[in-house]
Amino acid sequence: MTTTLLAIGTRKGLWLATSEDRRRWSLSAPHFLMTEVPSVGIDVRSGRTRLMVGVRSEHFGPTVVHSDDLGATWDEPAGGAIRFPADTGAAVERVWQLQPDSADRPGVVWAGCEPISVWRSEDCGASFSLVRGLWDHPHRTEWGAGYGGAAAHSVVPGPDATVHVAMSTGGVYRTTDGGGSWRPRNAGIGAYFMPGPAPEFGQCVHKIARDAADPRRLYAQNHHGVYRSDDDGDTWTSIADGLPSDFGFVMLAHPSRGGTIWVVPLVADGERVPPGGRLAVHRSDDAGETWRELRTGLPDVEFNAVLRDAACVDAGDPVGVYLGTRGGDVYASADEGESFTHVAGHLPDVLCVRAAVLP
Amino acid sequence: MIVPVRLPRMLADVSGGRTSVSLDLPAPVTVGALLDALAAEHPVFDRRVRDETGALRRFVNVYVGGDEVRRLSGLATEVPVGVEVMVVQSVAGG
Repeated sequence: MTTTLLAIGTRKGLWLATSEDRRRWSLSAPHFLMTEVPSVGIDVRSGRTRLMVGVRSEHFGPTVVHSDDLGATWDEPAGGAIRFPADTGAAVERVWQLQPDSADRPGVVWAGCEPISVWRSEDCGASFSLVRGLWDHPHRTEWGAGYGGAAAHSVVPGPDATVHVAMSTGGVYRTTDGGGSWRPRNAGIGAYFMPGPAPEFGQCVHKIARDAADPRRLYAQNHHGVYRSDDDGDTWTSIADGLPSDFGFVMLAHPSRGGTIWVVPLVADGERVPPGGRLAVHRSDDAGETWRELRTGLPDVEFNAVLRDAACVDAGDPVGVYLGTRGGDVYASADEGESFTHVAGHLPDVLCVRAAVLP
Repeated sequence: MIVPVRLPRMLADVSGGRTSVSLDLPAPVTVGALLDALAAEHPVFDRRVRDETGALRRFVNVYVGGDEVRRLSGLATEVPVGVEVMVVQSVAGG
């Protein structure tokens, strides 16, 4: 029997849910109550489970903690896991992303932070080093801030030394040398909130994901616009046809089957609610050529949005799909989104969810 | 000189469980030197109170006597003999 762990980061704490069948869930008491949890990483690559959590207090700032016993105890390095070097004159405001790298780089974990910065750990997330190539990028002074803050919110490691990052606002950047140099990769992605033709960078890309079968194929949910790139991010084309809206924050890719992706549309920039007040996930099994609405088990009335990291997939078979709303409801699907069950309700607004089948 | 310091109850888990301490520091004592002394013993406490640039976090206040140090000389504010220093969270959070 396998156990699946679902970590739910909210505006006021972290909840951990476990399930043997991904339909009936046991919910923990809150961890870090009254502190924001914008990021969680679950690392199961080495045959053990490490939970990494970005915690942020309104009063006392951000930190990163980790647990190797499913939250029974937490470790916080005395010096802090993520700290800007003194010469930068910068301070971390929020840790937006904690992303384990691939199985063949077992100690490597990436972090994306506010202010816009990317970090790399080689000790399973206990300590991180600033990726100087991006921090020193000449574009940095021109990157802007979305409503939530200026952050590198998506870090998508690829094969070899390729990593894609998405930031708001700045768009997609790619390194092919492990972080030493970065190039904007936004050709074809719109930026309707700026005058003139779409710029080389400055887009507000909300989330990106990499295809499981073709690592040069990526998907993006933009601040209006849903896109696919078949050339490692060099160019992007719209795959929004068939969706009720091209606005939203979520982009999920199947972890092992190419061409399958999920989005959670919202009406528009100026109307950030599910279309018709009905929450639905939309899945494509052909890389965005066609879409199918999935909402069995989701509420008939839901006017809360799903934020960019408040949706995830696990690596089960079939793959599990999870989402949490700003109204504090959390849903799980054990069948790739065909049907959902209610995991928890009336939590604080959900900022992130991450799930893993435990080793 | 002995400086009495009150610490936030919310940070007791990273200040050895204490909400008040008395520090014996060479005069003159600045608020920055006082926080440095606390940091040596309680580094996580220090990260809660100051960011990595050394600045006081926005919603943390330090009072020397009855005055908040941002209205004085910030972390360079000197602590007069016999005056209590209070570190406390300000009004924030939803």
